[in-house]
Amino acid sequence: MQFYLPIAEVSVNAFLLFGLGGIVGILSGLFGVGGGFLITPLLFFIGIPPTVAVATGANQVVASSISGVLVHLKRKTVDIRMGTVLMLGGMAGSMAGIWLFNLLSRLGQIDLTVQLSYVVFLGVVGAMMLQESLRSLSRSRHALPVKRSQHMWVHRLPLKVKFRTSGLYISIIPPLLVGFFVGILAAVMGVGGGFIMVPAMIYLLNMPTKVVIGTSLFQIIFVTAFTTFMHALTNQSVDLMLALMLILGGVIGAQIGAQLAVRLKAEQLRILLALLVLSVCLKLTWDLVATPAELFSIAARAAG
Amino acid sequence: MTGRLILRSLALMVCLTLANSGAAQEAVVAGLSQDRIDITADFDGSDILIYGAVKREIPVPPGPLDVIVTVEGPGQPESVRRKSRIFGVWLNTDVVTIDQAPSFYAVATTGPFSDIVSDTEDLRNSISIPRAIRSAGAPQTVQNAQAFSDALIRLRLARGLYSMNESAVRLTDQTLFRTDIDLPANLVEGNYKTRIFLLRDKRVVSLYEKTIFVRKVGLERWLFRLAHQQPAAYGILALVIAAVAGWAASAIFRLVRR
Repeated sequence: MQFYLPIAEVSVNAFLLFGLGGIVGILSGLFGVGGGFLITPLLFFIGIPPTVAVATGANQVVASSISGVLVHLKRKTVDIRMGTVLMLGGMAGSMAGIWLFNLLSRLGQIDLTVQLSYVVFLGVVGAMMLQESLRSLSRSRHALPVKRSQHMWVHRLPLKVKFRTSGLYISIIPPLLVGFFVGILAAVMGVGGGFIMVPAMIYLLNMPTKVVIGTSLFQIIFVTAFTTFMHALTNQSVDLMLALMLILGGVIGAQIGAQLAVRLKAEQLRILLALLVLSVCLKLTWDLVATPAELFSIAARAAG
Repeated sequence: MTGRLILRSLALMVCLTLANSGAAQEAVVAGLSQDRIDITADFDGSDILIYGAVKREIPVPPGPLDVIVTVEGPGQPESVRRKSRIFGVWLNTDVVTIDQAPSFYAVATTGPFSDIVSDTEDLRNSISIPRAIRSAGAPQTVQNAQAFSDALIRLRLARGLYSMNESAVRLTDQTLFRTDIDLPANLVEGNYKTRIFLLRDKRVVSLYEKTIFVRKVGLERWLFRLAHQQPAAYGILALVIAAVAGWAASAIFRLVRR
């Protein structure tokens, strides 16, 4: 069944979109990842213009994060004060990201920038996942305790605030910076940025692991919501129909994934996800480096 | 010698005048199977039947008779970019703006294009695809600007947005003609100008014009309008839908699990 997308102005197969959302949803339910970093490049592959893919990807992340944060709120594993600080940094970052996005659009380099960012981040994330899952496989045999590193410079910065839920008394500057960076990623790549924020919260801010996922989801909701709104306002590039298909597939997939996660051995699956991420990264790299069949392109229709 | 020359040119002039008056007495009347295309959610392209007849008050004049049908979508300036390899990565380096290019352009003819219409007529009426595109000039820094408009045509031909179907118009007894024009799924909203040229001896003797209205309807139209006219409201709507979907999904599955 072909489906006409009003903003992207292309016709795509509805089942393909639904399936895409579903698969990414299953993966996100299984591994607790947002899935934005998979959905946006997959949208490129099926011919959605990058500007629409990024803005709509951000909208989809809003839905999947809300679905996820509800569980964490119930378990009281959300540090709302820390989340708010991260969110403020995130909104500023998102503003900067939107400005950068629109500037690069005008210069005709946005496709390249988005693709390059994906190559870098998917490469890093895929490699990290692979390493971590291999390590945890060996850890389950040896059972070594992990030591949290102490970054003293983080504790010497001014503007200290008490974060009760996390049991921390640190400066708000590092979380603001982490949030800011993630906000840029949200605006330029249409991702939640959890894959960057979670390690940063654990290793840089020394937050307890149990509040990390909930707090990052809390931040992601607001930052991606803000990003979606800004893209809708400045580029008119959010496609509601596309978002709806992805969200429907995604939320159902996420629930199935969460059920599967209980039964399956996640370590081995995590290796598969890492390999999947790396192969998407390779495909994008290939597209950038290989001599294209067509050197010319028609710029996307300017809004208005 | 001179007298003969004068005589010959006189004869030629008479012939031309006759041809002209004959031409004026042939006209084309036509109809479309539909003059309104609605883009709905499940819009998957459409085709229009264009049919008509040649009306004449004189006996059939000599010379081959041909028909060319063109359908032209709304145009706008387009930027065409060219990639080149820098540090191993292909990126957009040059850009040329084409002043005006139709978003859709289909040509259907009764025979090979160059055999049935003269260059002058093509230039005057902008019939062929390259003539339908206006390109005033490229920046001095870009070499071979022609390659850019060629690329625009090539890309749109590949996407089915431009087409040149020679011999796709069927002409019966020098009077009745019909053709089908395929409209692809990725149509842009707007007024599509349909032109039907009647040609005798490679010259346009009659032109008939009609407009096809292509509109988004229903939900598609509403969403498109909202997104462009009230982007803030649209953005909030997108967020509300995402929030409700996210919340509803977890609520429903909690019920199911119990």
